[in-house]
Amino acid sequence: MSYQYNIGCSLANLKGIRDFVRSVLNENLVPEMHVSAIVLALDEMCSNLMIHAHHCDPDHYLELRIDHPSTHEFVFEIVDDGLVFDITQFSEPEMNSLVQEKRKGGLGIRLVKSIMDKIEYRTEAGKSICRLTKNV
Amino acid sequence: MVQIKRLQEAGADIIAVIGEIDASSSIELDLAIAKSVGEGFKKILVDCTALEYISSAGLGVFMSYIEELRDKNIPMVLFGLKEKVINTFDILGLATLLHICPTKSEAMKLANELSV
Repeated sequence: MSYQYNIGCSLANLKGIRDFVRSVLNENLVPEMHVSAIVLALDEMCSNLMIHAHHCDPDHYLELRIDHPSTHEFVFEIVDDGLVFDITQFSEPEMNSLVQEKRKGGLGIRLVKSIMDKIEYRTEAGKSICRLTKNV
Repeated sequence: MVQIKRLQEAGADIIAVIGEIDASSSIELDLAIAKSVGEGFKKILVDCTALEYISSAGLGVFMSYIEELRDKNIPMVLFGLKEKVINTFDILGLATLLHICPTKSEAMKLANELSV
C-alpha cells in the first residue's frame, strides 16, 4: 500500500501531517509505541524543511509519501523542490551546549536520527527527496 | 493547538499546558514561562496532565530556560506527563536535565525543597 499527502509549508499544517501519518500507521496496525515515535520524527522532519528550506511559505508544497513494502518496513519520503536540507550533514549539538547557549533548536535532528533506522537523500528531476525508513 | 492557563497556588505559578505543542505553538509556552519569570515568581510548576503531544520545539523551550532559572534560583518542576510525552523526553535524555514529578503535590514538594 502507498499513501500520499500534499501540504503547504505553513507550520499550522503540522497537525495535519501528524494526523495523516498516525491514521496510516493505525490502519496498518502498527503498535502505539512505534506510532508515537514515527509521528514525532515526521513532524520534526517536515517542520525543519518548512522552516529552513521554505521559510514557512504556504505557497510552497511538500509531498509526503508513505510506502509499506513489507510487513515490518515503512518508508516515508518527503519530496519538495526547495533547497536540499540534508540532516545527515548536520551533527547534532551536545545537550550541554544547547543548555548553555539557550538554543531552542537542534533537538529535532537528534530525535529523527534516534527514531528512524535509515535516513537517505537524493535528487530526482530537480526535486529533493528525503527518505526515512523504519522497521517496526 | 495549545491552550495555556496560569494559576497561582502556595506561592508557585502553575502553568497548565493543554493540547499539543509543536513548532507552530511552542511560542505560547515560551511566552507563558517568560511571563511567570517576569512577574517574579520564585517557583514554577508546569502542569502537563492535559499535554497530549510535544515536539522538539517545545522541549527546546524548556531547555532554553534551564540556565536562566538556575541563575535566578527559580525551580521549575514539570508534573503529570503522559507516557507518550515522557517517551519524547526520554529519547533525548532530557529527564536528567529537567525536574519531573508524577503528581502536583510531589512537584510542589520538590519545588519547595529546591527553592531553599
